[in-house]
Amino acid sequence: MNSVIPFIPLMLGALAAIVLRGWLRNLIMIVAPILGAINLMGMDHGVFWSVEFMGYALEPVKVDKLSMMFGYLFHLASLIAVIYALHVKDTVQHVAGLAYAASAVGAVFAGDLLTLFIFWELLALTSVFLIWARRTDRAYSSGIRYLIIQVLSGVLLLVGLLIFAQVNNSLLFTHIGLQHEGIAQVGAWLIFFAFGIKCAFPFMHNWLTDAYPEATPSGTVFLASFTTKVAVYAFARGYPGEEILVWIGVTMACFPIFFAVIENDLRRVLAYSLINQIGFMIVGIGIGTAIALNGAVAHAFNDVIFKGLLMMTMGAVLHMTGKINGSELGGLYKSMPKTTVLCIVGAASISAFPLFSGFVSKSMIMAAAVAEGYDVVWLLLLFAAAGVFHHAGIKIPYFAFFAHDSGIRTTEPPKNMLVAMTLAAIACVVLGTFPAQTVYALLPWEHSYQPYDVTHVLTQLQLLFFSALAFVWLNLRNMYPPELPSTNLDTDWLYRRLAPAVVTRVASTIYGAYVSFEKALVSSIGQMVQNSYDAESGKPKGYFARLWPTETMVVWVAVLLAIYLIFYYIHDLL
Amino acid sequence: MSENHDSDGWFDKPENVRKLLRVFYVICGLLVLFDFVVHRHIYHDWENIPAFYAIYGFVGCVVLVLIAKEMRKFLMRGEDYYDE
Repeated sequence: MNSVIPFIPLMLGALAAIVLRGWLRNLIMIVAPILGAINLMGMDHGVFWSVEFMGYALEPVKVDKLSMMFGYLFHLASLIAVIYALHVKDTVQHVAGLAYAASAVGAVFAGDLLTLFIFWELLALTSVFLIWARRTDRAYSSGIRYLIIQVLSGVLLLVGLLIFAQVNNSLLFTHIGLQHEGIAQVGAWLIFFAFGIKCAFPFMHNWLTDAYPEATPSGTVFLASFTTKVAVYAFARGYPGEEILVWIGVTMACFPIFFAVIENDLRRVLAYSLINQIGFMIVGIGIGTAIALNGAVAHAFNDVIFKGLLMMTMGAVLHMTGKINGSELGGLYKSMPKTTVLCIVGAASISAFPLFSGFVSKSMIMAAAVAEGYDVVWLLLLFAAAGVFHHAGIKIPYFAFFAHDSGIRTTEPPKNMLVAMTLAAIACVVLGTFPAQTVYALLPWEHSYQPYDVTHVLTQLQLLFFSALAFVWLNLRNMYPPELPSTNLDTDWLYRRLAPAVVTRVASTIYGAYVSFEKALVSSIGQMVQNSYDAESGKPKGYFARLWPTETMVVWVAVLLAIYLIFYYIHDLL
Repeated sequence: MSENHDSDGWFDKPENVRKLLRVFYVICGLLVLFDFVVHRHIYHDWENIPAFYAIYGFVGCVVLVLIAKEMRKFLMRGEDYYDE
C-alpha cells in the first residue's frame, strides 16, 4: 500500500496555503482534496500505523466501508467548498477551511477514542476561524460561544474515554452502546452527550443556529459540511440501534421547521433545516437495521451536497447584495438567474423530489420506520418531510429570488462560485438519478433497496405538491407570516440572556453587600478613634494614654510577672 | 433602490403568475386522480385512505404555518435583542 494517512493531503494543503499566494495557492488548494481522494482509493480495509501509547493500543487509521464513505464525502465536499472560496482574498479562511476538512477526515478514520478526541477538538479549533473571519462584533461573540460549547463536547468525550480506558483497558472505538455496568455506564453517557452536542441534539443545538449564519459566505459552506456529519458518523459507529436516538431524531426533525418558518435570516433558516435533516439521520441510526443505517449515512452523504449547494446560493446572495434577510430580499431572479436555478435544484434535492438526491436516501429511512413498526415516528417524519419542502424548498428560493421585488439589482456571483454551485447541482441530480452507481455503491451495510417505483414516486409527489398548494393557498389568503426583521428566542436565550442576567444580579447583590459592609466597618473604626480622643483638651481619653510610657511599661511588667507566678503555681500543682 | 420598469421580469405580470398557478392546480388534480387509477403498495393502514399523502401534506403544512405564526407572539423580539 502506497497511501499516506488520509488527512495528510488536506492538512499539507492547509499548511501550503499559509505561505503560498495567488494562483499557486489556488492550484494547491484544488489539488489537495483531489490527491486526498486518490490516496483513499489506494487504501485497503484494515488497521494501519498502529502504535502503543502508555500501554494502550492506538489505531490512528482504521479503514472500513463506513469510514471510507465519509472519507470520500469529505473530500468531495472540501473540493466544492474550496472552489467556492477561491475568489476570497483571506489567508485565514483558506487555511482554516482546509485544516477543518482535514480534521473531519482524520476523525472518521480514527480507530481509537484518543485519536478521535484529538480531531474532535481540532474540528472546533480550526472551524471557529471561519466564523471570526467575518470580522464583526456579532461574529466574534458568536464564535466564542461556539468554541466554548464545542470544547465542552470535547471535554465530555475526554472524560468518557478515560473512564472507558480504565474499565475496559482499551481505547479502541467500536460499538459503545448505552447498556453498561457501574462507572462504564457514566462513560457511555458522557460520550453519548459529547457526540450529541456536535450533532445539535435538542437543547444543545443553538451553537449551530447561532454561529453558522454569522460566518463568512464561504465559511458557512465548510461549516455545514463537516462537524455535524462527523457526529452522525460517530453515532453510526458507536450507538447504532439505540432506541432513544429514534425519539431524539424525530424531535430534531420536527421542532426546527417551526423556527425555520418564522426566521428572517435565510442562512439561519438553512441552519434550522440542517438540524431537521440530521434528525432524519439520527432516526435511521436509532432504528439500527441495515436499511435504516444505510439510509442514515446515505442521507448524510446527500445532505452535505444539497445543503452545501443551498448555503452556497445564499452565500452568493449575501456576497453580491450584502443582505441575507428575507425581509430585505426578493426579485433577484432578474439579475441572478443562474443562481436562482441552482438554488431551485438544491431546494428540490432537500425536499426529496424524485430524480433529486434527497429522494433516494430519505425514502430509505421512512421505509425502515414503517417496516419496524414505528408508526408515530413515520407520521412525524412525513410531517417533517412536508415541512422541509415548505421552509427550505419553497421559502428560501421564494423570498430570495421571487416574492415582491426588493429593487436590488446586482449581477451573478464570481465565476468560481458559479462553478462550485454547478458542480454541487450536478452531483445532486446524478446522486438522485443514478443512486445505484453512486451513493448506494458506497453503502456500508448489505441491503438492496430500490427507491424508484410507482408508489414511492406518486406518494412523494402528492405530499410535495400539496405542501406547495398549502403555501400558495396561505399566501393568496394573506395568512402566510411575512418576513419580519426579528430575533426569535430559542434555547440560547438561557445562556445569552437568563444566565447573564442572573449572574449580574447575584454579583451586584454580593458586591453591594460588600460595599456597605466595608463602609460600616470604616465608619465604626472612625467612630472608635473619635471616641477615644478628647478634642477639647487635645489629649486621648483612655487611662493608659494619659500616663507616661515608662509608667505604662511598669504596669505591663507587673502583669507579666503575675502571669509567670500563676503558671509557676499551676505547674507545681500538677 | 429605484424601480426598474425596463427590466420587468416574467413574474411581474399577473397573467403569467395566474397561468403558472393554473398549471400547478392541474398537476395537483392529476396527482389525486392518479391515486384512483394506479395501484399503490400499502405499507401502513393509513395509506388506504384515498389521497392520504395529498391530504396529509396540505393539512400538515397549514398547521405548521399557523402554529409557527402563534409562536411569533411569544418568541419574537427586536432584531438587535441580543446586541443591546
